[in-house]
Amino acid sequence: MEQKNEMMITFDSRSSNESFARVAVAAFTTQLNPTLEEVADIKTAVSEAITNAIIHGYDNQVKKIRIRCRVSDRTLYVEVEDDGKGIADVKKAMEPMYTTRPDLDRSGMGFAFMEAFMDQVEVESEAGVGTIVRMKKTIGQTQQPFA
Amino acid sequence: MEQFQVKGRTLVIRMPKELDHHTTGQIPGIADRMIGEKNIQRIEFDFRDTGFMDSSGIGVIMGRYQKLRLLGGSVAVTHVSDRIWRILHLAGVTKVIEVEKERNWKESK
Repeated sequence: MEQKNEMMITFDSRSSNESFARVAVAAFTTQLNPTLEEVADIKTAVSEAITNAIIHGYDNQVKKIRIRCRVSDRTLYVEVEDDGKGIADVKKAMEPMYTTRPDLDRSGMGFAFMEAFMDQVEVESEAGVGTIVRMKKTIGQTQQPFA
Repeated sequence: MEQFQVKGRTLVIRMPKELDHHTTGQIPGIADRMIGEKNIQRIEFDFRDTGFMDSSGIGVIMGRYQKLRLLGGSVAVTHVSDRIWRILHLAGVTKVIEVEKERNWKESK
């Protein structure tokens, strides 16, 4: 059975929206019948991407964050996009433990968590223009297929 | 239930249900102030209520660990679910900090 579905949300880059945004993506994913573990993985990864946009992309200024989600067959595609300052060195930013903001108690584990909990993570960023984080995860990989 | 409880020279911090950048909020600032004012030697992060955590939680724990270690103190993480344990493990926290699992977490939820 093939299914396709899409959704988009745009919201203010306020930290109080972090919970709303990850729950929205998790709710959209329920159509793929994910396990609780898979839902938790997606929520954590989305939370990391949004937090990056708020803290690093926008330096805590209130602007807009866009999330685009698509399901195709059993795969969820998520894009988190901001129009912030961009990431000068994406490769460096994705190294575990690397952070530009140790002063804010950031652990530098954001991208590492996205990569651990999703099947694929790609980052497109341009200085002064913004950042798009593209993630995908196929649901049901660890389960037996429906009998 | 107070979120911050001092027992002797130990500070117990009851962590929020969902631990992210937003709910992390004032926890580091308050904890650091109490370390100075109350002569705290040990912080226990109590995760009994916490079902969700992202890397913001790692920053809070490791930041306090580094601070207290310089003062000869220690940090512990208690009552963690399987999910939270997995995240702590992934970040390497379980290698340097004592983490106590919640034995009956599944039954108690």
